[in-house]
Amino acid sequence: MSEQLKVKTMQEFMAEGKQPEILFWVGSAGSFDDRAKKISRAFVKLLNKADVDFAVLGTEESSTGDVAKRAGNEFLFQMQAMMNIEVLNGYEIKRIVTCDPHSFNTLKNEYPSLGGNYDVVHHTQYLKELIDNGRLTITGDGYKGKRITFHDPCYLGRANSVFDAPRELLAKTNAELVEMKRHKKTALCCGAGGAQMFKEPEKGDMDVNVLRTKGALETNPNIIATGCPYCNTMMTDGIKAHEKEDSVTVLDVAEVLANSQGL
Amino acid sequence: MEYLPNIIFAVALIAGIGFFVRNVKKLTRNIKLGRDVDVSDNKAQRWKNMAKIALGQTKMVVRPIAGIMHVIVYVGFIIINIEVLEIILDGLFGTHRLFSPLGPVYDLLIGSFEILALLVIVAVVVFWIRRNIIRIQRFIKPEMKGWPKTDGNMILYIEFVLMVLFLTMNAADFQLQQLGAEHYKQAGAFPVSQFIVPLLDGLSESSLILVERTAWWLHILGILAFLNYLYYSKHLHILLAFPNTYYGKIKPQGQFNNLESVTKEVKLMMDPDADPYAAPAEDSTAEPEKFGASDVMDLNWVQLLNAYTCTECGRCTAECPANQTGKKLSPRKIMMDTRDRLEEVGKIMDANKGEFFSDGKQLLNDYITPEELWACTTCNACVQACPVSIDPLSIIVEMRRYLVMEQSAAPTELNNMMSNIENNGAPWPYNQMDRLNWVNE
Ligand code: SF4
Ligand code: SF4
Repeated sequence: MSEQLKVKTMQEFMAEGKQPEILFWVGSAGSFDDRAKKISRAFVKLLNKADVDFAVLGTEESSTGDVAKRAGNEFLFQMQAMMNIEVLNGYEIKRIVTCDPHSFNTLKNEYPSLGGNYDVVHHTQYLKELIDNGRLTITGDGYKGKRITFHDPCYLGRANSVFDAPRELLAKTNAELVEMKRHKKTALCCGAGGAQMFKEPEKGDMDVNVLRTKGALETNPNIIATGCPYCNTMMTDGIKAHEKEDSVTVLDVAEVLANSQGL
Repeated sequence: MEYLPNIIFAVALIAGIGFFVRNVKKLTRNIKLGRDVDVSDNKAQRWKNMAKIALGQTKMVVRPIAGIMHVIVYVGFIIINIEVLEIILDGLFGTHRLFSPLGPVYDLLIGSFEILALLVIVAVVVFWIRRNIIRIQRFIKPEMKGWPKTDGNMILYIEFVLMVLFLTMNAADFQLQQLGAEHYKQAGAFPVSQFIVPLLDGLSESSLILVERTAWWLHILGILAFLNYLYYSKHLHILLAFPNTYYGKIKPQGQFNNLESVTKEVKLMMDPDADPYAAPAEDSTAEPEKFGASDVMDLNWVQLLNAYTCTECGRCTAECPANQTGKKLSPRKIMMDTRDRLEEVGKIMDANKGEFFSDGKQLLNDYITPEELWACTTCNACVQACPVSIDPLSIIVEMRRYLVMEQSAAPTELNNMMSNIENNGAPWPYNQMDRLNWVNE
């Protein structure tokens, strides 16, 4: 699966004396988590197809500190934030796109008062923009007849009111979009937020991801789409808990688009 | 002797309002125990929120049955205040139906009050059935045992009785008008209470007057008592919903505040020119700032206002993923605990001439346990669901901050995650130098 992706770092842009159109903030999950790395690759394939001049920070990128902040470690968060801001400002970054709603939220909302002001967009918003501008075309009926239900990531949807971009993208594939009972503003959390991803859940009757996946399965989907690497993991585990891994797949919106184009 | 009723009325009124003012003072003092927070921004947006959410009840109708019933009770409450104004003036001046010269307008007013009163009775009965017979899930959670349950029902009984008194008063009045009794001039329209009149059939004029006066007195004394009951009840929201929605969060829900005290220290730590041994310059006598919150005084006053505004409706808890999966966390309980503790602190201050002495208790552990705090996914569903713009999540985060920054008491896995971030710039133990490996995998 290792066809060559075109990915340049900021350093390389600097060496050429050029500025990229956007900075792709890969995020810790997108860089290290095996499942999430595939999302990063799918997104890059789409960027390559649309001929976008983008850069990554590569080894100069570090955790945004979001998860430390939600856990209550404001110190660690601000240290991470200030380090990242130094790097970003050093490169005079204007626009950032990321596949991780947690990075998205924190870069967009929490970095400004610490001196980091950027135009931050989620990858679904950016892809939609590329399509609207005619730079990216999504053709074919690869997903026709498939039922897709979109799980709203809390930090994209409820927290930042981005509801339409991912749905519009999914609609481009001519798949049938089905909504869960709880969607958009009333979507149930996947269970990973607030640093839950990194610890065992507290005692209860059930895990949150199992409950959320139940809601998704009620729509009888072929695919559960989402726009967050953590949601992806949680829903994938949820599917396993419901023993549905043979009939239902969990994909990021970027993966759905990339697949539909045979990328 | 002639003026005795007027005097008694004036005394009752002054006492009622006096106690109320005393309670409001206590309330403001308690809220001001919170840390200061700047909410002077975005005035236009804030007024809009208040108009939409508190006045317009836009978030109530998300759940249509409760929402519509609530709107009825609410409109009834507001409009009937015009009637209360007349009652107060009549009481003070010994007049009867002072506004009656308004003629047809008056008929329309009284007529619509009666219809509203009936609707309120219906709504109250429906509410009572939902709470006590259908036993809707969110009303029978553990935090709703005892006083909160009694309080919820009390309000319904009081409203019921007040409305029945109002209609009885009108029915007797109407009958007296028919009989041409002195003082009871023809005024008003009685679309609802006319149906009560047959029950009064056969009563003499003096008995009717007795019924009318008794209902009148009980009605107004009941209202004064209710006014003073507010402070002890979740019903305080009828007043506080307005300031609370005004001061409610207007930033994107995902945006948490950046602690300024931390910013200062982090900047110092990262500044290569800073002298680590330099004595802190300004206000070195000031107590070092506490990070996060372990008690109510560590919260800001908007959070404390939130606690007093909470109506215990449980919409937050019903949407909470942690609560839905059987975990101990209930955002409503977070708000109720904060209010209970604040009340306790207030009582200590009352007993000590306004000074607070530690009672060895605090909000953390004695009311809210770390287990509850760590179960939160910070999903904001509670904030979204609250019909009066309360933000339980902000309190949860403040208390986590205390646990982590003051006590280093995070769950072990989270400590590992945090040291990974410190050492490798990622929550996992991978090498930062491998950050670009995904490109070629
Ligand atoms: S933010 Fe926390 S308390 Fe509020 S609904 Fe989500 S999990 Fe529950
Ligand atoms: S915080 Fe809001 S939603 Fe929750 S119980 Fe109180 S008023 Fe209801």
